[in-house]
Amino acid sequence: MNDTPEAGARPLARRLGVASLALGVPMLAAPDAVARVAGVDDDSLAPDVVRAVGARELLHAVMLLAGSPKLVWTRVLGDAVDLAVLGRALADRTGERRTRVTAATAAVAGITALDLYAALRSRRAGQHRRGRPGPLHLTATVTIRSSPSDVYDHWRDFERLPTFLRHLRSVTVEADGRSTWVANAPIRRTVRWQAEMTGDEPGRRISWKSLPGADVDNAGTVHFAPTPDGTGTELKVSLHYDVPGGAIGRAVARFWGEEPSQQVHDDLRRLKAIIETGDVVRSDALPDGPESGHQMSQRPAQPPTPATKAKKIRTGRPERAATKGTS
Amino acid sequence: MRALCWEAPTKVGIHNVPDPTILSPRDAIVQITSTAICGSDLHLYDGYIPAMVPGDILGHEFMGEVVEVGSGVGNLRQGDRVVVPFPIACGNCGACQRELYSVCENSNPNAAFAEKLLGHSSCGMFGYSHLTGGYAGGQAEYVRVPFADVGPMKIDDDLTDEQVLFLTDIFPTGYMGADMCGIKPGDVVAIWGAGPVGLFAVVSAYLLGASKVIAIDRLPERLAKAESQGAHTLNYEETSVLEELRDLTAGRGPDHCIDAVGMEAHTDMSVVQAYDKAKQLARLQTDRGEALREAILACANGGTVSIIGVYGGFMDKFPTGSLMNRSLTVRTGQAHVHRYLPRLLEHVRNGDVDPTFVISHRMSLDEGPKGYDLFKNKLDECVKVVLTP
Repeated sequence: MNDTPEAGARPLARRLGVASLALGVPMLAAPDAVARVAGVDDDSLAPDVVRAVGARELLHAVMLLAGSPKLVWTRVLGDAVDLAVLGRALADRTGERRTRVTAATAAVAGITALDLYAALRSRRAGQHRRGRPGPLHLTATVTIRSSPSDVYDHWRDFERLPTFLRHLRSVTVEADGRSTWVANAPIRRTVRWQAEMTGDEPGRRISWKSLPGADVDNAGTVHFAPTPDGTGTELKVSLHYDVPGGAIGRAVARFWGEEPSQQVHDDLRRLKAIIETGDVVRSDALPDGPESGHQMSQRPAQPPTPATKAKKIRTGRPERAATKGTS
Repeated sequence: MRALCWEAPTKVGIHNVPDPTILSPRDAIVQITSTAICGSDLHLYDGYIPAMVPGDILGHEFMGEVVEVGSGVGNLRQGDRVVVPFPIACGNCGACQRELYSVCENSNPNAAFAEKLLGHSSCGMFGYSHLTGGYAGGQAEYVRVPFADVGPMKIDDDLTDEQVLFLTDIFPTGYMGADMCGIKPGDVVAIWGAGPVGLFAVVSAYLLGASKVIAIDRLPERLAKAESQGAHTLNYEETSVLEELRDLTAGRGPDHCIDAVGMEAHTDMSVVQAYDKAKQLARLQTDRGEALREAILACANGGTVSIIGVYGGFMDKFPTGSLMNRSLTVRTGQAHVHRYLPRLLEHVRNGDVDPTFVISHRMSLDEGPKGYDLFKNKLDECVKVVLTP
C-alpha cells in the first residue's frame, strides 16, 4: 500500500553494484591481463592505474550494494575519469593496439550511459509525482452498511473527522471554505496545515489539497460508491503526503509505531463501527477501539482500572439501536 | 472482583481485578450466577491459540443478572436474568443482517491482527484471546457485555441456571454442527468427539430427524453419556473406526460426519499422532487433524463434513483428494448462537432436551483452576464443569 517511487531505482543500482564487483576483482587480481586487453600494456604505469581503478570499483560495489541508489552518481564520476584517461591513451597509440584501446573506450562509454541513466532515475525518484504533494501514497478501503450519501455526509462534516481519524486533533472550517487541520505527530507534538477542497460531488467524491506552508504536504480523495447489492457503500481513500524530516522522519515515525497505512485502516474500521453501531468498538484490551500500533503491547483482557479508562470520544451521532436482534 | 485469569500455558489462577464498568452506550454489566469451562478454553489453557496475555480473564459460557445498562440498551433492565451468547455481535453489519453473527464485522477491535493470520477476521468473543478482541471473559463475578441490546436473552425464573447455561455456546454449537448437515429422514450421522459439544450434536442430529447417530470417542464415561442419548458408540482405541462405520452402513459410509474434536485431536494411529504432535510442538503446524482426516475419509460419497471442533491455524496432510473426488460438502463455523437461541430455548422449555445431562462437576469459581486440571487431563470422569462465583 505504501508505494515509494524510490523503490524502483533500487534494483538497477544493485545490479550496477554487482557489475562493479565483477569489474573490480580481475583488475586487482590480474592487472597485467586487463592492461593487455585494453591495449595499454606497453606503458609501465598501466598495471598500477588498473589496480587503482579496480580498488575504486570495489568501493562503488560496497556503496551501491549497501547504500542509497543515489550513490550511483559516484560511478558516473569514475566513468568520466576513466574516459579521460582512455582518451589520452588513444591519442598516443596506432595500429592494432589503437583498435584495442578504442574497443575499451567504447565499452566504458556504454557503461557510462547506463550509469548516467541509473543516476538520473534515482534523482527522479526523489521528486514528487506531478501535482502530488508528497512521495508517499497509500490507499485503504472499507465496506459500510449505509447509503453512499449518508457515508459522504459523515465525511463531509470535516469538524467531525477527529471522532474516527484518531491522529487528528481538530479541524476548523473557515468562512471561505478553507479549513485548518491540527494533527498529533510523533516527533513534534502537533502538525498543522490549511487545506482547500479540490473536488466535491455529494454522495460520490471529496478531494482536498493542503495549501503552501503546510507542516505536512498532503492531498487526498475519498470515493463513495454503492456496493453491488445496493445495501451499503464501498469507501476508498487515496492519500498523497510527506512526513516532516523526509526519509529520516518517516523512519522515526515508523519506529514510534505510526505506520500510516495501518493507521488509515484503523481509522476506517472506527468510521464503519460509528456509522453502523453508533460508537467505536471497545474491548478491555483496547478500551479506545481498534489501534494496531498497540498490537504487540496490549494490556490484559481485564476491566480497565480508572487510570486507563476509555477516553470519552464524542461520536457526534446518537447511538443507534439494533435493527435486527433476536431477543 | 475475583476472576479466573490465564497466567501461562497450563496455568490459571484466581485474581482480584477491577470491576467492569459501562464503556459504551450499548453495554450492560452482568453479575455472573453460573459459568462453565468449555473444551475450547482448553486450547487457550494449553497455549495453542496465539495471542494470550498473562492476566486475561477466561470464560465465554456464562449467565447472570443484569446490574447496569448503558443508555443505548432499551430491552434490558436491572434485575433481568439473561444468558449471553459467546460471540459478540453488533446486529447492524452485513454479516449480522445475514444472521452470520460469529463473523460480525465490527465486534473485534483486533481485526487487523486476526486478518494477518486468517485473511479476514471473525467476530469478537468473550475471554477468548486477543485474536478475538481482548474481551474479559465471564469466569468472574461480573462481566461487561457489549451490544447488550442484541446478544443477551432473557430467561424466565422457572428454568434453572443449569438448564439454560449451555445455550450460550455448546448446545447451539452442537446444533449448528447438525443443522449444517442438512439432515433428511433416513440419514446416518457420525460424530467424532463425545465431549459436551459432540453430545449436543448427538441430541441435535436426532432433533433434526437423523435415523441413526454414531458417536466416536475413547473415554467410557463420555461414550456412556452418548449412549444415554440414543447414540451407537465406537471406542476408537478398541476398533477400527473406518471399518466399523463401513459395516454399520453396509459400505456406504455415514451420510454426514461431524468433527466435534478440533485442533488437539488424539488418535490410536501412533505414528501419525507422533508426527502431528511433533510438528505442533515445533510450531510447524498449529492443528492436529486426525479426527477431521478420518471424518473426511469415512463420509459417504456426496455427503457432508461439518466442522465445529475449533481449529486455529494450519494443518498438514489434509485429504483434498478424497474431498474433491467424492463430491463432499464441507460446512463449518463458530456457532451463530444468536440465530439458534430462541428455538433451542423452546426445546428446553418443552422438555425435548434436558441439557443438564452433560454436567459432571459443580464447583465454586475459586476452585476453577482445579476444574481446568480435571477437565484437561480427563480425570475423575470429568465431562463438563460448572462454576458458581
